[in-house]
Amino acid sequence: MFGNKLQVNLYRYNPEEDKFPYMKKYVIEKPKRDIMILDLLHLLKEEDQSISYRRSCREGVCGSDGMNINGKNGLACITPISSVVKRNKIELRPLPGLPVIRDLVVDMTEFYAQYEKIKPFLQNETTAPEQERLQSPEERDKLDGLYECILCACCSTSCPSFWWNPDKFVGPAALLQAYRFLADSRDLKTEERLEALSDPFSVYRCHGIMNCVNVCPKGLNPNKAIGEIKSMLHKNKKDIIVTDGV
Amino acid sequence: MNNIFTNNIKKIEFDALIVGGGGSGMRASLELAKSGLKTAVVSKVFPTRSHTVSAQGGITCAIASADPNDDWRWHMYDTVKGADFIGDQDAIEYLCSEGPKAVFELEHMGLPFSRFENGRIYQRPFGGQSKDFGKGGQAARTCAAADRTGHALLHTLYQNNVKEGTNFLNEWFAVDLVKNSKDQVTGVIAFSIENGEVAYLKAQATVLATGGAGRIYASTTNALINTGDGLAMALRAGFPAQDMEMWQFHPTGIYGAGSLVTEGCRGEGGFLINKDGERFMERYAPNVKDLAGRDVVARSMVLEILEGRGCGENNDHIYLKLDHLGAEVLNSKLPGICELSRTFAHVDPVYEPIPVVPTCHYMMGGTPTNISGQAFSRINDQDYLIPGLFSAGEAACVSVHGANRLGGNSLLDLVVFGRATGKHIQSELKSGGGVESATKSDIDNSLERLNKLNESSNGFDPADVKKELQECMQNYFGVFRRGEFMQKGLDQLNELKEKVDNLHLKDKSDAFNTSRVEAIELQNLFEVAESTAVSAFKRTESRGAHARDDYPDRDDENWLCHTIYDPITKEVSKRGVNFEPNKVEAFPPKVRTY
Repeated sequence: MFGNKLQVNLYRYNPEEDKFPYMKKYVIEKPKRDIMILDLLHLLKEEDQSISYRRSCREGVCGSDGMNINGKNGLACITPISSVVKRNKIELRPLPGLPVIRDLVVDMTEFYAQYEKIKPFLQNETTAPEQERLQSPEERDKLDGLYECILCACCSTSCPSFWWNPDKFVGPAALLQAYRFLADSRDLKTEERLEALSDPFSVYRCHGIMNCVNVCPKGLNPNKAIGEIKSMLHKNKKDIIVTDGV
Repeated sequence: MNNIFTNNIKKIEFDALIVGGGGSGMRASLELAKSGLKTAVVSKVFPTRSHTVSAQGGITCAIASADPNDDWRWHMYDTVKGADFIGDQDAIEYLCSEGPKAVFELEHMGLPFSRFENGRIYQRPFGGQSKDFGKGGQAARTCAAADRTGHALLHTLYQNNVKEGTNFLNEWFAVDLVKNSKDQVTGVIAFSIENGEVAYLKAQATVLATGGAGRIYASTTNALINTGDGLAMALRAGFPAQDMEMWQFHPTGIYGAGSLVTEGCRGEGGFLINKDGERFMERYAPNVKDLAGRDVVARSMVLEILEGRGCGENNDHIYLKLDHLGAEVLNSKLPGICELSRTFAHVDPVYEPIPVVPTCHYMMGGTPTNISGQAFSRINDQDYLIPGLFSAGEAACVSVHGANRLGGNSLLDLVVFGRATGKHIQSELKSGGGVESATKSDIDNSLERLNKLNESSNGFDPADVKKELQECMQNYFGVFRRGEFMQKGLDQLNELKEKVDNLHLKDKSDAFNTSRVEAIELQNLFEVAESTAVSAFKRTESRGAHARDDYPDRDDENWLCHTIYDPITKEVSKRGVNFEPNKVEAFPPKVRTY
């Protein structure tokens, strides 16, 4: 349709100038080699200083540049254009469900609040030994697939339950971390952690639709972790009443 | 954000203010938050986006897990030698002897270290490591969480700061230090990136924990945010920088992309090959081969390329061979590397070698400090402590890395000296220490730069100027240096100075204006680049990472010393190296071979 051109439709919103957000069309020469979406944004920003987005490590480990790329959440810095472009078009929007500060930058306060809520730190009040606490490789293996989370929010902002109840449903990212500490042989607050998650919203708003698994740029599986938490909750508290109404 | 005056900005007061939310900053803040002092971390990114997150291979420390007989003195010997003998031995002694405590604390905080069968922390071999003062063969001293140690460390520190209730000013950008007429540092001017609000963050102790500035080079493993903000603020305030010519080029940055491939790859048994498939490090470092110091390996690679034995179409890179380790080892020990290679080099290390090239990685220099993190300037060739100013981590030069840092020593530096700085500030402030107030005009001075940028109606485009700066540093101050080329570079920097002082900020809006941030970062990069260039030109020898082909030999008679760059006169002076450790005999300089 555009030959050697690439059309980028970019979500623009500057609260000081715009009453409403809008999509702005940029047409550029198709880059000669396959570049990442983040590189594409750099190219656009060189032409138009006013474009805003977050970025830091540019290699997929810091979690700054989560965004919605042609309809799917992902990290701009590790998403090659070739993997998403459709008919020479790319559409970039902010992560869905969170308030937009400007352009592709969202307000992540609610996301971080859920993370803090699960007490994301090891709790073990026994006197620490002189050296490290021992942990077998098998015990340590249980943390694989959990501790690697980079808090990019791609998962939680692709989750309809989080869109509906960002204040009450903990969301896949923070639940993955909740399980990371439940699964750690060194953590001694299992009861308290489960108790704090046992209300109808924190965990049980997850209906297993797996959007989180589908988008995680690190290949992690929050859905599985949530399943583990649910089964721990069931074992822990047989009389829990699960209601599906809000 | 036009016309900001001292009278109409908010003042927020803290006991201790930490600029930077990476490993050293958050280790310092953790210590301070636990002490009950009113502490804040001001960070231009949410803390877990800091560059510590990218550290891969591990944290080197003699915790005697892989080898029950390991000894911190052996680690000290390696570090002194790795530094090519201009690391301060009192500081290196502190680093290596306090290290185990600091690492065990991290484990107690929850850091998910990989483990040996006996349940102890997993340690892997890294370059430059030895047993028994170089006589006992290769050591395995680098504690690891797979190849994501920095990520695990940074998140653990953030989590524990959450636990202790540290105040975070996230996505606030510190612009300049505020200092009073007595040259005491009383805090910083900063603005909220989210809404443009400017504030004077006043503190009794200000810690620069802003990390490195690898972005002065066109090709770097560093994050885009590594722009030397703290060091540049100190330079602009007239405070010196030490050993700025010492930049580490990591042997294995992914060709074309710059992303780091951990030295742990070679620690686990990988090796470098040239286009003939030859394991060429056997020629350059017959004893330890691919695990020689990073400066040695990087230079050997460049020589191979210069002599026409580079790989690829243009013979301009080297291959890192890992496939012989097998899928199981690669997936369990180096999963992050496999991921990065597939994404950025389009190769799967299970089957093919990774194309790599030496890439700017680490700033050994920085704001000079003592082992308590207290920054100092130089008056009449004496160290003079700057009241209120501290620094730790890559931003600081304490100096434990001297002319070349050993792999795995940066994470140890962060936690040991972040911790020491926190402890020192705590005792200083609790015993009544502190600084006097700044006047209105002192604060006005620190607002000047921001105001000038906000009022710019024409001038140079920051994106263009940044490219010029990075190309200049890459061309003239890279792995190999030569006087006549560096002179060209210095001339070019002189021309760039005019541009950097007259940037045009087109977008003046307040809400998440990243252009404003990038313009100030560019000015910071320039300060760091200039100090690097001047110091590199001045040191007429080759030592550690500073390799000059017009002065190919180490010159202990004239240059067994630190360089001190004075930002006001732009002159370089010498400062003695510490050879007085407290618990062991000093290690005297000797020929450095691997």
